[in-house]
Amino acid sequence: MTLKALAQSLGITLKYLFSKPVTVPYPDAPVALKPRFHGRHVLTRHPNGLEKCIGCSLCAAACPAYAIYVEPAENDPENPVSAGERYAKVYEINMLRCIFCGLCEEACPTGAIVLGYDFEMADYQYSDLIYGKEDMLVDVVGTKPQRREAKMTGKAVKPGYVVPYVRPELEGFKAPTEGGKK
Amino acid sequence: MNPYPLDPYWMVALKALLVVVGLLTAFAFMTLIERRLLARFQIRMGPNRVGPSGLFQPIADAIKSIFKEDLVVERADKVLFVLAPLLGVVFALLAFGAIPFGPPGSFFGFQPWVVNLDLGILYLFAVSEMAIYGIFLAGWASGSKYSLLGSLRSSASLISYELGLGIALLAPVLLVGSLNLNDIVNWQKENGWLFLYAFPAFLVYAIAALAEAARTPFDLPEAEQELVGGYHTEYSSIKWALFQMTEYIHFITASALIPTLFLGGWTMPFFNVPYLWMFLKIAFFLFLFIWIRATWFRLRYDQLLRFGWGFLFPVALVWFLITALVVALGLPRVYLVYLSGLSFLALLGATFYSPKPVRKGGGA
Repeated sequence: MTLKALAQSLGITLKYLFSKPVTVPYPDAPVALKPRFHGRHVLTRHPNGLEKCIGCSLCAAACPAYAIYVEPAENDPENPVSAGERYAKVYEINMLRCIFCGLCEEACPTGAIVLGYDFEMADYQYSDLIYGKEDMLVDVVGTKPQRREAKMTGKAVKPGYVVPYVRPELEGFKAPTEGGKK
Repeated sequence: MNPYPLDPYWMVALKALLVVVGLLTAFAFMTLIERRLLARFQIRMGPNRVGPSGLFQPIADAIKSIFKEDLVVERADKVLFVLAPLLGVVFALLAFGAIPFGPPGSFFGFQPWVVNLDLGILYLFAVSEMAIYGIFLAGWASGSKYSLLGSLRSSASLISYELGLGIALLAPVLLVGSLNLNDIVNWQKENGWLFLYAFPAFLVYAIAALAEAARTPFDLPEAEQELVGGYHTEYSSIKWALFQMTEYIHFITASALIPTLFLGGWTMPFFNVPYLWMFLKIAFFLFLFIWIRATWFRLRYDQLLRFGWGFLFPVALVWFLITALVVALGLPRVYLVYLSGLSFLALLGATFYSPKPVRKGGGA
């Protein structure tokens, strides 16, 4: 170690003193997610409003954690819920069992189930961690605890992330993109 | 007539209280400032949760350390174990009182120092050496090997840097002809700052002051990576906080002493506002020490001893002899300024043209 190296090292640290911290102050500022992030599942719809899910249970078969339960029912031809013969009357994912591996997304023949961005799902009761259709359809914003808080405080759901990219398979899902750091 | 008038006793007591309270507050906020600055040096943010941008963190820390369980180790020497942190804090606090912050009568018509000692520097030495007893007794009384190693290190390093420190201070004392800190500051006001006359002594003193405050690169007594916590491994709760207090007060005192002795104290050639410049100089050295802590590594035990005996001591001694010659032969003091300049150029040269270190043994 030479005097020169010691002096140079002081210069290096001084340079970092005046640079911006790399810390993301997470709950205060949103996290920028990575393109392959696996978050809470989203059940997407066709552009005409019909659900993509046809209740085939292939996702449940593919699921390594046995986290998915699907109960199909016949579509009413006059007033169909999904674009196929059948639809998912009950579609539940146990978020405590789910390992967010994305195999359900790969198994789905219609691209109905897609892993989205939400990750703030910590909750107090086991039963609240079982997400039904009403918690996962595209138009739902936020996770169960987030929506509960929003309902109590009267404020809008504040997502803890921004996405600096667009995933086309998340058709119709509006994710915050502004203000995120790459 | 005494150029430094005496204050009434109640005023001295009040100022002593002010210094103690001020130092303890400064300690509390120095912990926060140091953590924030270190964080920024490491491109982190540092503590910013308690209060506006973390300003109340010291209060939270104080509450935490007071209410934590206060353990006394089974094998500890109970009396010394409790006494050691108290000794450390008391002697650390004592040193600050002799430092002048302004010209006589500038503290609301009173004197801006607690005591005006004719033996100022000697007193500082005595008091700061006593503070090592806190560290040493703490390690010894803990009855644990890591603590003992930490305190042994502190006493060994004390011997190695203290010689250089003491002899480095003899150069300004010889030039000024007084041990009184007020005299030293006034001399600098008239003749120019002492680091111009004694640059090597200034350098040695600044380095040794780092060692005295047990800061990086000389923080051997509490090397976390090697000795768990060093001399305070067995301490918890408020006693541990007292050690932190001791360390930071030493740190602040050292940052106040370097400008007082070598950089003109409260004086400034231009725009002379007494308190302002003293505080700015203290702040500068506090920042410098934190900067060094963020950058440099810790010296090995033998490296510190070699550095103390092989570099600090001879440099201080040679400079002391030169100063003594100049003073004894009655040569003009300007010679010292030239020599100081030369030594500064030599340091610059050594910095820019230092050879690559020779690696001994294998290793990458």
